[in-house]
Amino acid sequence: MNPRRLAAVVLRQFYLYAGSPTRLVPLFAWVAVDIALWGFITRYLNSIASPGFNFVPALLGAVLLWDFLTRVMQGVSTAFLEDVWSRNFLNIFATPLRMSEYILGLVATSIGTSLIGLATMLGLATLAFGLSFFAYGAAIVPFLLVLFLSGIALGVAGTAMMLRLGPASEWFIWPLPAVLSPFVGVFYPITTLPSWMQAISRLLPPSYVFEGVRAIVRGASWSASGLAIGFGLSILYIAMAGLFFRRVFGVAVRTGLLARYSAESTT
Amino acid sequence: MRNLRKAYRDMVAVDGISFAVPPGEIVGLLGPNGAGKTTTVNMILGVLEPGEGAITIDGIDLLKRRSAALSCTNFAAVYAALPGNLTVEQNLRVFGMLYSVPSLSDRIDALVEQFDLKRFRGTRSGVLSSGEQTRLSLAKALLNRPKLLLLDEPTASIDPAIARTIRATIRSFAQENQSAVLWTSHNMYEVEEVCHRVFFLSHGRILLEGDPRLLPREHGAANLEDLFVQVANEQLHDGIVR
Repeated sequence: MNPRRLAAVVLRQFYLYAGSPTRLVPLFAWVAVDIALWGFITRYLNSIASPGFNFVPALLGAVLLWDFLTRVMQGVSTAFLEDVWSRNFLNIFATPLRMSEYILGLVATSIGTSLIGLATMLGLATLAFGLSFFAYGAAIVPFLLVLFLSGIALGVAGTAMMLRLGPASEWFIWPLPAVLSPFVGVFYPITTLPSWMQAISRLLPPSYVFEGVRAIVRGASWSASGLAIGFGLSILYIAMAGLFFRRVFGVAVRTGLLARYSAESTT
Repeated sequence: MRNLRKAYRDMVAVDGISFAVPPGEIVGLLGPNGAGKTTTVNMILGVLEPGEGAITIDGIDLLKRRSAALSCTNFAAVYAALPGNLTVEQNLRVFGMLYSVPSLSDRIDALVEQFDLKRFRGTRSGVLSSGEQTRLSLAKALLNRPKLLLLDEPTASIDPAIARTIRATIRSFAQENQSAVLWTSHNMYEVEEVCHRVFFLSHGRILLEGDPRLLPREHGAANLEDLFVQVANEQLHDGIVR
């Protein structure tokens, strides 16, 4: 691992963000819109629901946490897409850069961009709608960690898919979190789902986070063992996504796809 | 390069070629379009895996130690412009870090001076003229003083005066650093001026090899361009017969 090469990947992304408001604004603008929308929905629900139940930590908090995962995933895939959009594969992959350094560079970029999004969401949700992360207690740390790791796994797997399927496949990648959201129970308990969906839920780390969030909101104790399973699964998925990317990269080098990526296929 | 072969299904792009580029020598890789030049360059750059054969750069096996081997190389190609959304300086800094160039700021200063890019330092490379972009690609290619420099039609989009300066720059770079240079070009005048040796590729095979100043006479051609046309016509004829 060469830290200077890893830093080069991050620096490249920093230059892009620093010199481009069109990249910078979406880091906080869309999440702010999302929080505003759900903030008003929760405020309305609080006004019509029976007193005693607060929708803010249950619903707005869940939206915030799900948006965080989405931002992490998009942080990785957007950083990769910068090389697709600028047709930079030949230049970057003909350098001594190792795949692990490249991926870690994308992840490091995602940490920066997703933290900006998280801070924006938290600031707005706290100031405008009274959401406090303190409501979740110390559990918020493992919650965020599991969501972060899941976002990384999803982002790396998504970039591998884009590498394999060509530039147009980015439209497959953006909706991935939306595809997963019904299974992980962002807004409802997993038990609401039919049994086959529950079986899938148990394989998805964020399910354990949102079950934990709801338990805390209900005043019940959250399942540490459940969260440990979620943590273990997310680590496993990161490893699998890394292997998947490495394998796809190997295929792209073998078939010539890497050198002719814009062709989308070499067959 | 030893017995290098690459096939895409039934189409053989490179068919068992072997050659070496010794330190300080500039070798021209010539041939008509589709002869296998870019496929060969891509294999040496590590972005395309050979079906068979081995590539050794400065004693390092590319297939076994990719990162170490690629740290001794660099390239400029007319079809691989640097990211247009970064400035000249940013591009050189990012690629300098990727190649772990020591005293990077000093090296960038020297290269922007050498390639007359000083006034464009803060300019996004996407708005540079094609000639200026080529000079930037060449500056990037020399960042790490590579032991093996690959140039795929490096002067294709620049005017004759700058092309002459660039040829002189590459020649003195190869001599001073004892770097090997593999140069592809369709400009036979340029090849004659710059290259110590050339290989003619046709159908992925090396057809001819020798001194570009002597080869035409040895094969009954008036000059290198005529010889190129002969080789190209043979490839065309072979293609029709096939």
